[in-house]
Amino acid sequence: MAPFLEVKNLTQKYSAGTPFEHTALDDVSFTLDRGEFIGVIGHTGSGKSTLMQHLNGLLKPDSGSVLLDGTDIWQDKKTTRQTRFRVGLVFQYPEYQLFEETVYKDIAFGPKNMGLDAAEIDRRVREATAAVGLDDALLTVSPFDLSGGQKRRVAIAGVLAMEPELLILDEPTAGLDPAGREEILSYIDGYRKAKHATIMMVSHSMGDVARMADRLIVMNRARIAFDAAPEQVFRHADELIKMGLDIPVLTRVFMKLKELGLPVEPVYTEKQAVAALCALRGGSADA
Amino acid sequence: MNKAISVEHLKYAYPGVDDTPDIVVFEDLNLQIEQGSFVAILGGNGCGKSTLAKHFNSILLPCGGKVYVYGMDTSDEEKLIAVRRCTGMVFQNPDNQIVANVVEEDVAFGPENLGFASPEIRNRVDRALKQVGMYEYREHAPHLLSGGQKQRVAIAGVIAMEPKCIVLDEPTAMLDPRGRAEVMETITRLNAEKGITVILITHHMDEAAQAQRVVVLHGGKVAADGTPEEVFSQVELLHGIGLAAPDTVELCWELNKLGFDLPLSSLDPDDCAQILYERLKV
Repeated sequence: MAPFLEVKNLTQKYSAGTPFEHTALDDVSFTLDRGEFIGVIGHTGSGKSTLMQHLNGLLKPDSGSVLLDGTDIWQDKKTTRQTRFRVGLVFQYPEYQLFEETVYKDIAFGPKNMGLDAAEIDRRVREATAAVGLDDALLTVSPFDLSGGQKRRVAIAGVLAMEPELLILDEPTAGLDPAGREEILSYIDGYRKAKHATIMMVSHSMGDVARMADRLIVMNRARIAFDAAPEQVFRHADELIKMGLDIPVLTRVFMKLKELGLPVEPVYTEKQAVAALCALRGGSADA
Repeated sequence: MNKAISVEHLKYAYPGVDDTPDIVVFEDLNLQIEQGSFVAILGGNGCGKSTLAKHFNSILLPCGGKVYVYGMDTSDEEKLIAVRRCTGMVFQNPDNQIVANVVEEDVAFGPENLGFASPEIRNRVDRALKQVGMYEYREHAPHLLSGGQKQRVAIAGVIAMEPKCIVLDEPTAMLDPRGRAEVMETITRLNAEKGITVILITHHMDEAAQAQRVVVLHGGKVAADGTPEEVFSQVELLHGIGLAAPDTVELCWELNKLGFDLPLSSLDPDDCAQILYERLKV
């Protein structure tokens, strides 16, 4: 069976044939399964955003292809259009893209474009509203009267209402306080579990991606530098730092502990750190 | 000690629209900021951080109480220009703050508006760009710079006006780790070398940890105020208002629940590792 999504030898150049020619993606290949949570990291200009835009057909490959359930998304117009509904894209600061008179209309915009009937649109709007923890009472309010955090959730709900099988988010927690960040991340993971959807989250926050993702794709200079489980990726701490990336703070703590001579392996979440240190002290975690 | 900013019994409410009630932000806020200090202001979304910042250069005026900037009452209209020369503001999104097509022209915008002669403008622009490490880019187009570079240009635009105080409202929220490091390095240096008072509003605990003093706002009041070590060791208080301590302190706090008995003062990874090592070495 074909993988859910397959990217094959994808290459993208900007301003090709001019002195400003710039290769944004250089022979990139990978596959995604249903239900995976993938974190994408890479510093500014590494090709992350270009990659995102290829996955739902906003950009057309210079060479290579993107296959959804084995079908090239550029095979014909109908397939490309369908792809845009099946792959949902939440851009950075999506709250700046709200435009409708009411929250309800804004969330309904996507499903309406899909040609769904009124009852189905209504079901989806309400389900998406609940999925991001917004109160139904806000549906009649103008989105511009909401707080920043609420606007962000309305914008995400607008994409969830299309019930995408692959949900791609660019920095969904940027500018939120720690409690707001946790909330958004838990809604995203809740959607993944409820719909067995695939999540691809672009983030600079190493702590967040390390905790949420089962797999990390690290972009560097238009190529994939690493594609592996977080524990494997963060083992390459020195290389990540050279690429201009951060590594989780706790990983740094453990690297230092190792340097000081304690028998520890690098960790990247607080849970792992606590378990490792308790084991080292001797006895179990509840000692 | 010389006060850069003094907030006395500040009251502020955003007026309600139509029949909705006013949104009260501050009822009685008091805060003093010393000249030459580096203060981080933390708080959850909606706690009034940005509202407070806008009082520091008369973008907003108090509904009650007073805000003094270098001794000048911000609600005194005659002092408006003088107040704005004292405190420069840098906002979150660099793209919203850059007005010209060439870096040096953008930085010159402020001093031009202050009415200086050309040679003085030239001096100030060059000096400001050197201070933020962007002098080599003076003839570049701002839209082709990285986020961190653009934000440093925005900072140069502010310091070219030679303010005594810079207020930065989440200046790194849109930047990647490299850009964040560039901006933090720049403002720390401006504070240390030029003695410019820096007020940094941020959601990043690790950035706040680099300040000399951390003020936590919650519900329009000061919930905590002290050195980073003092404030961040109050983990329960921070959690209660939707904030977190730096990861290193959070780790020690979790371990203490399991009987480790560690100090909650380690703000950087090396420190934290050292503390753990002392506790665990055989």
